[in-house]
Amino acid sequence: MPTETTKSIFLTGAREASPFILVVGPFGLLFGVVATEAGLNVLETMTFSILVIAGAAQLTALQLMTENAPTIIVIISALAVNLRMAMYSASLAPYIGPAPLWQRALAAYFLVDQSYGLAAVKYESEPAWTVRQRMAYFFGTIAPVCPFWYLSTLAGALIGSSVPEWLALDFAMPITFIALIAPALRTRAHVAAALVSITVALGLAFLPYNLGLLVAGIAGMVTGAEVERQTMKRAAS
Amino acid sequence: MIDTTTIWIVIAALGVGSYFFRFVFIGLIGDRALPSWILRHLRYTAVAVLPGLVAPLVVWPPATEGQTDGPRLIAALVTIAVGLWTRNVLLTIAAGAVALYLGLYIAG
Repeated sequence: MPTETTKSIFLTGAREASPFILVVGPFGLLFGVVATEAGLNVLETMTFSILVIAGAAQLTALQLMTENAPTIIVIISALAVNLRMAMYSASLAPYIGPAPLWQRALAAYFLVDQSYGLAAVKYESEPAWTVRQRMAYFFGTIAPVCPFWYLSTLAGALIGSSVPEWLALDFAMPITFIALIAPALRTRAHVAAALVSITVALGLAFLPYNLGLLVAGIAGMVTGAEVERQTMKRAAS
Repeated sequence: MIDTTTIWIVIAALGVGSYFFRFVFIGLIGDRALPSWILRHLRYTAVAVLPGLVAPLVVWPPATEGQTDGPRLIAALVTIAVGLWTRNVLLTIAAGAVALYLGLYIAG
């Protein structure tokens, strides 16, 4: 539709992203609370959420820091959780690669699960869009999501230590992660990657420095990629 | 308590590293095509790391000093089942929370 203005496309993006507030809000709140319980002050917690904007990686880092894992293991494990961002970046590059550098630099900062998921689907269904229209949509999807991420983190950090013990907040993180992963187990390759990761992580839990998790992550990743390759080969032959 | 210097080192490293991952293809490589084997591996990173992080916490929860805990184990299994069944993240979190609180209440 060539009549669509960039403004209306921006608003479409914002509207289509608004349901994600329901996911991002509780997740930010959880990070704020867990970070405060782990001893981070409000400045540290907010800087964390603003610089990294990736709840799963942030909670991974917190968890490993409270287990007193060596700093380098904390960083490598949390960055491994964020490696998927490189895939998002690669997948959007053909669509927004020609945009001005400052726009791409800004879009990179805001490249999160929600903006990627929405944009990747939309760009495919609207092949006639110009680069400008694509950028308008992308920034539209960010408008409700990221401010909400910062605000809910802040709210969590402020209520932090007043959360009562019976809420068993220690287990909110595992439940949230399982709830993020289980619906994403769409293919045999995803299931295989997850199962190998679980098995190796439990089997190597005795290793020092949380090295078991690193091995589990690599094993799971290679498994997923290999199962996908075999499946494709079988489908092609 | 976590050491303040450690916290800031981790925040800085994750900030820089995550931005690099996000920027590398959009910003530096542009729209040149990537080898498919790299993309294939990147696709499975989250699903390969997060289960490995969570599994020991489910089986040996730090809150019970590593003793396997019925309510927590059952809550995790309920969460997996509801997640696979509904494919809805919010509903799944809610189901996991209900299972956990119910289990903790029954276990007293």
